[in-house]
Amino acid sequence: MNIEKNTEKQRLNFWEKIYLPEIARGLGMTFVEMFKPKVTRQYPEEVWNPTGSYRGRPVLVLEEDGERCVACGLCSRVCPALAIEVAAGETEKTKERYPIKFEINMLRCIYCGFCEEVCPEEAIVMSKDYDLVFEKQEDAILDKDQLLIPMAQLQDRLEFLRQYRR
Amino acid sequence: MEQWLVQSLVLGLKMFLIVNGLLIAAAYLVYFERKISAWIQNRIGPNRVGPLGLFQSFADVFKLYLKEDIIPTLANKGFHAIAPVISIGIAIAVYAVIPFGEYFYLGGEKVYLSIAPHINVGLLFILGMSSVGVYGLTLAGWSSNNKYSLLGGLRSSAQMISYELSMGLSLIGVLMISGSLDLMQIVQSQTGGQWNIFFQPLGFIIFLVSAFAETNRTPFDLPEAEPELVGGYHTEYSGMKFGLFFLAEYVNMVTACAMMVLLFFGGWDVPFLYETLGLEQGSVLRALVQFGVVVGKMIPFLFLFIQTRWSLPRFRYDQLMSLGWKVMLPLALANIAVTGIIMMIFQ
Repeated sequence: MNIEKNTEKQRLNFWEKIYLPEIARGLGMTFVEMFKPKVTRQYPEEVWNPTGSYRGRPVLVLEEDGERCVACGLCSRVCPALAIEVAAGETEKTKERYPIKFEINMLRCIYCGFCEEVCPEEAIVMSKDYDLVFEKQEDAILDKDQLLIPMAQLQDRLEFLRQYRR
Repeated sequence: MEQWLVQSLVLGLKMFLIVNGLLIAAAYLVYFERKISAWIQNRIGPNRVGPLGLFQSFADVFKLYLKEDIIPTLANKGFHAIAPVISIGIAIAVYAVIPFGEYFYLGGEKVYLSIAPHINVGLLFILGMSSVGVYGLTLAGWSSNNKYSLLGGLRSSAQMISYELSMGLSLIGVLMISGSLDLMQIVQSQTGGQWNIFFQPLGFIIFLVSAFAETNRTPFDLPEAEPELVGGYHTEYSGMKFGLFFLAEYVNMVTACAMMVLLFFGGWDVPFLYETLGLEQGSVLRALVQFGVVVGKMIPFLFLFIQTRWSLPRFRYDQLMSLGWKVMLPLALANIAVTGIIMMIFQ
């Protein structure tokens, strides 16, 4: 049989086997490491600004003449966590439908971005908000006023979607 | 004032200073442990509580005081409560015999820089006390009625018993050279740069490795090996009872460093320092400088203890045991024999 032995005896020489020089080498390495530049970001002071590809809190796009959403309910249907609730209403404008009620439960949302992907109007997009804190469970259910964000603030994401969406 | 009153007042003050000094030192060791670990991992470390995060450890202890003290229903309550007390009590009791300097005269009264100066079994007392310290860990593991705690406690007792042997034997060479168990006298025998490290390098290495094992520090921290034993012997402890174990570990670390400095690195001796500074025997300033020298010599060893924890992985249990019994013990015995032969030749 063609078996090669690979014992500790063969692998290590005398100095490696008594450990101490190797331990000293290891300590030397960590000592040098102590003086290298630090990588920590001091968060509340140094805020991170994500790029357009970041999936933060989902928001509704607000144009000059009102929201884009036509309350088709696709986002609510596709949401795997059942976080979105939509109720539709009708108007006399060119866009005949608008959401009377649009709620996202942020305790349920898993930031998958399916709602954005499925939306035919590009009306719901993922924003850059990541520091979400709620003091009560009720506060975590965001209604339409909290969700509507002016289009100008969402340019990075819309640009990203235009480039990479099929 | 009467003599006994002055003496007991001085003694009380010394005890107060040493116990509080130790606890504060332990708190700051925790802070530096976190800082150094952060620096090694290219992080910044605690920097929020106070300037540079210097009050972080006090915040930690304060948190531990406020936490709920949970005692498992099936635990043996008496032993569960007494185990941390044994741990920290023994750790601090060792400082009765550790001198931080010689003495100074205060109003005609000779004040030593240790609680019990010139006790003629000083070294034996330290070794004996550190053996009793095992009871704290073993009792903690056993009384918790938890298999992980029990395993941690058993491991700690097995480990400490194995390494105590080589630790004690490694010090016999020092004893043979200085001819005394009194720590003061051991230090005095090293005056003028005749430090024991130059005569006992092997003894020092054995003592250093055993000290790591005795204080349960990485690479020998098997009693609390997080990945396999949850928290080891203190799994079932919370609040300040856990805090006491934590403090005991750091106090033990300080003890080990103090022993290394006193036994191998000449204690407060620095060649020509006191002559050049012109400090008289028995002056307050000389005593202060001696204290500073001892503490200053301890700092590199404390740093070594902390840095080692963040550099080396943990030993396997059988590796630990075979290192203790098959390597350390024969080496320590050989060290004694060689020291004895050399002393016979040069006498």
